[in-house]
Amino acid sequence: MTELGLIIVSAALVNNFVLVQFLGLCPFMGVSSRLDSALGMSLATAFVLTLSSVVAYAIQSLLLIPLDAMWLKTLAFIVAIAVAVQFTELALKKTSPLLHAVLGIYLPLITTNCAVLGVALLNTNRAHSLAESAFYGVGAALGFSLVLILFSGVRERLAFADIPTPFAGASIALITAGFMALAFMGFSGMIRL
Amino acid sequence: MSANWLNLVLGALALTGLTFAGGILLSFAVRHFRVDGNPLVDSIDAILPQTQCGQCGHPGCRPYAEAIAGGELINRCPPGGQDTVDRLAELLGVDSLPLDADPETAAIDQVALIIEEDCIGCTKCIQACPVDAILGAAKLMHTVLPDLCTGCDLCIAPCPVDCIEMVPRTMAPNTWTPLAPEIISSDRTTTGVALHV
Repeated sequence: MTELGLIIVSAALVNNFVLVQFLGLCPFMGVSSRLDSALGMSLATAFVLTLSSVVAYAIQSLLLIPLDAMWLKTLAFIVAIAVAVQFTELALKKTSPLLHAVLGIYLPLITTNCAVLGVALLNTNRAHSLAESAFYGVGAALGFSLVLILFSGVRERLAFADIPTPFAGASIALITAGFMALAFMGFSGMIRL
Repeated sequence: MSANWLNLVLGALALTGLTFAGGILLSFAVRHFRVDGNPLVDSIDAILPQTQCGQCGHPGCRPYAEAIAGGELINRCPPGGQDTVDRLAELLGVDSLPLDADPETAAIDQVALIIEEDCIGCTKCIQACPVDAILGAAKLMHTVLPDLCTGCDLCIAPCPVDCIEMVPRTMAPNTWTPLAPEIISSDRTTTGVALHV
C-alpha cells in the first residue's frame, strides 16, 4: 500500500510528467490560457491516463508477452489506447451527455498525446504490475492536472499584466513554464524509487 | 532464422488482429451508441416559448432551435421576450442581444380580440392560430380565449374583414399590486403580481 502511495507521489511530483519528464507539453501550452478549459482538460487527461495504463498493461500481458512481440509495443499501445478512448467517448455521448459536455472535445484531443503513450511505455519499462500501472497513471494524471491548473491560473493573470512587447504571449508563457520546472526540481530526491 | 521469421509473422498477425478487433468494436459502438439529432437543439427548443408563431422567420420553434444551433441570431423570438434571449445567451455562452422586435409592441403584453359583430365566421383565423386559442365554427361567430392567446398576431393577416385587433391583455383583479402599500393600511396585506405595463 505504501508502495502504491509512493508511486502516486513519485509520478505526480518528483517525476512530474510535464515539468520534469517534458511529456504532454502540447496541451500544457495549448489549453492553459483559460482556467475552465484547463479544468476540463485535466479531467479528460486523468481519465485517459488511467485508462491507457490499464489498457496497455492488458495488451502487454495478454498479447505481446505470450507472442514474444514486445518490439511491437509502441504500435500496439497506440492502437489499443485510441480504440479505448474513442469507444469511451461514444459511450459517454450516449449515456451521460453532461459528462460528455465537460470532457467531450478534450478526449479525442489527447488520445495519442505523448503523455498518454509515455505512461504506457514507462509502465512497461519499470515492469509495473496491474495495480502499480493504474496508480502510476493516476499519479501522472494528478501531476499533469496540478501543473496545468496552476499554469492556467498564472496565464490568466499574465494576460492582464504589463509585459514588454517582445516577451508578450508565448514567450512569457514559456519563461513561466521554465520557472515552474525549476520549482519542481525541488521535489527531486524526496523519494527514491 | 526460422524462429525469427515466425516471431515476425506472429507479431504482424497479432497487430493486424488487434487493429481489426478495434475497428469492429468501434463500428459496433458507432451504431449502438448513436445519438439521434443534436442534443443542443433540444436544450434550445426547451427554452423557446413553443408558440409556433413563426415571427422569427422559421415555421416553428423547433426549426428556429435548429437554426440557432446552426448559428442564427438568438434575438428573433418576440413571444419569448428579452428573458428568452438572455437564457439562450447563457445556454450558448454568447453575449446577450437586445430583442429584435418593435420595442413598443414587444413591451406590451397583447392579445388578439375579435370584433364579434363584424365576424363572418370564415374560420381562417382558426386555421392560422398556432396555439388553438380561437373558438368558433363555419358561419358562426369566433372568439379568442385570452388565457391561451400568446399575442403572436398571426391571425390578423388572414382575416378577410379585418375584424381582429391587438389589445393589451386585461388583468384579472387579483393580479393588481398596490402602488404604495406603505401609505394605505388596508393595502398592506394585499399580495399579487406586478402589473404588466
